[in-house]
Amino acid sequence: MDAFTTLDGLVVPLDRANVDTDAIIPKQFLKSVKRSGFGPNLFDEWRYLDVGEPDQDGVPLGYSSGRPLNADFVLNQPRYNGAQILIARDNFGCGSSREHAVWALLDYGIRVVIAPSFADIFYNNCFKNGVLPFALSGDEVDRLFNEIEASEGYRLKVDLAAQHVTLPSGETMRFEIDNFRKACLLQGLDEIGLSLQHADAVHDYETKRKQDAPWLFAS
Amino acid sequence: MSKNTLYDKLWDSHQVRETDEGASVLYIDRHLVHEVTSPQAFEGLRMAGRKPWRADSVLATPDHNVPTTDRSRGIEETVARIQVETLDNNCDEFGLTEYKMDDPRQGIVHVVGPESGATLPGMTVVCGDSHTSTHGALGALSFGIGTSEVEHVLATQCLIQKKSKNMLIQVGGRLRDGVSAKDMALAIIGEIGTAGGTGYAIEFGGEAVRALSVEGRMTLCNMTIEAGARVGMVAVDDKTIEYVRGRIYAPKPEQWEQAKAAWADLHSDEGAEFDRVVTIDGAAIEPQVTWGTSPEMVLPVGGTVPRPEDEADSVKRGNIERALVYMGLEGGQAITDIKLDKVFIGSCTNSRIEDLRDAAALINGRQVAESINQALVVPGSGLVKRQAEAEGLDQVFTEAGFEWREPGCSMCLAMNADRLGDGEHCASTSNRNFEGRQGQGGRTHLVSPAMAAAAAIAGHFVDVAQYMQTPDNKEEV
Repeated sequence: MDAFTTLDGLVVPLDRANVDTDAIIPKQFLKSVKRSGFGPNLFDEWRYLDVGEPDQDGVPLGYSSGRPLNADFVLNQPRYNGAQILIARDNFGCGSSREHAVWALLDYGIRVVIAPSFADIFYNNCFKNGVLPFALSGDEVDRLFNEIEASEGYRLKVDLAAQHVTLPSGETMRFEIDNFRKACLLQGLDEIGLSLQHADAVHDYETKRKQDAPWLFAS
Repeated sequence: MSKNTLYDKLWDSHQVRETDEGASVLYIDRHLVHEVTSPQAFEGLRMAGRKPWRADSVLATPDHNVPTTDRSRGIEETVARIQVETLDNNCDEFGLTEYKMDDPRQGIVHVVGPESGATLPGMTVVCGDSHTSTHGALGALSFGIGTSEVEHVLATQCLIQKKSKNMLIQVGGRLRDGVSAKDMALAIIGEIGTAGGTGYAIEFGGEAVRALSVEGRMTLCNMTIEAGARVGMVAVDDKTIEYVRGRIYAPKPEQWEQAKAAWADLHSDEGAEFDRVVTIDGAAIEPQVTWGTSPEMVLPVGGTVPRPEDEADSVKRGNIERALVYMGLEGGQAITDIKLDKVFIGSCTNSRIEDLRDAAALINGRQVAESINQALVVPGSGLVKRQAEAEGLDQVFTEAGFEWREPGCSMCLAMNADRLGDGEHCASTSNRNFEGRQGQGGRTHLVSPAMAAAAAIAGHFVDVAQYMQTPDNKEEV
């Protein structure tokens, strides 16, 4: 996993609440057995005017550049080209647990997602992939939406160690993040490796558990 | 002695240790695996040269991609076939138990788990699927995880987790006839919203929940995720224990008394404190129908679709407007006036034998309306299918004009060939009515199995009570 420390990035506003993971990456693209290549199909049903299908040849999902774009969808507006920060409304990432949603955002180039609130599983999945999600208050998010709309090329500077985001005006907004997740993200740590440091404790737990609840170990 | 909630007890009994940062290393007893969220996890294991920590904790079955029609020719679509074959190969390579597509025990992972006894009271159960909350119906701590965590559990048998807050949802009173666990789940979501449970583990209690069968409790816990919570639970009682008895993975006879004794404590202590308590009158719940593109956009069948102009909050008004456009509905329209094109009875929410019995009982010799293009019944597993056929339910469905299919997730998320066309309205017993969920442009209305069957017969939504009060097929609807 890539570490995340700071990011100075263009912001794209997605003015919707309850953006679900089916919308972020529709089901037909989940048939891939890979982690990469989902970017072209991020928000597929909103981004394109035709029906998207995965590559039928079984090769990694390819970008068919000839597909008709929905010009009204915010990601297709030239001013947001190259955005690395996505801002949206409440309950972002609700629905299915598909980590493909995070892989699609990352593959497209998004490293930070800002919303007033997130669905738990999506939020958790972000941290496994070097994507930083954080919540700001509804009022703060409102203000950012207004400023982004009013000012082309609007960028934010995100500093994970300091837990704040700096606006073009120089003002900062603070965000909260759990210490363990922060440490993992800052260093790009392999969580499985970290967990295996507890291996002895896990073995001890299993030994006791086999006595207390032997039926759980019947094969 | 401190008073603990059921969630506290399940958490404490699985905490291996606390990390320096205040998170818990949580031991996982059962890992359910399907084809969509696992290939990248197995690939990760291979890349790191790791092996599954406890192969016997895993039970796998393909469900999302499998065809529900004749399977003798395998899966025609190349990418779907590769994904199912990848699961088969991974399970073979790592020595994991899998109910493969041609196994009579294959089915939707959340139906197969409890049915096989792979899910037991007091367990921690995870799966790379958000509807893993289902298994909490047995007094287990179960929740959905992403693919990175699937790999984590395979490699370590643990997850690093922060504990959620405790919520109790008390449903008092007695459900009226024709109102099911599905209606209860939808009414709860309508009450607390799709983010109402975010950050909480929810325990369902109260007279109406206790009165539900174990399968009904599965339906209720299944949709906890649609209320925003990863974990839904119901305390263990005699029904739970009777449900488990004799299943493939249930404790052996010589372990049974020890297991029963351990399970007897799987309830919240009297006086245990919850961070939030929600009280709902079960007797007031009516059959529910979703009208919009989020499960919280739900109404009693007698209701009318909201008018955006009646909503003061601008963000909410925008959500209503967008949902009405997508769903092709007008504000003020009666739910019973929504014309339907398809009906789907199935999914991990409502594809168990009791669901099929409910739907079949409602049909009672009547026919699917001519205006319905397709009415599907997709049993949750091979064993559910076999049981239904032994009871003659397949005949009831096919004689009425339903198609009787092979088990799988099917049209709940339309990864296989079963899907809605652009603009089609569907009465569906599944769990999500998001835009495009059942097929691009498809319009999903979530309902109970009995409501779906009644809608298939009428061609539009009707209160099931109308059919229940008139058991012959002559009534006007």
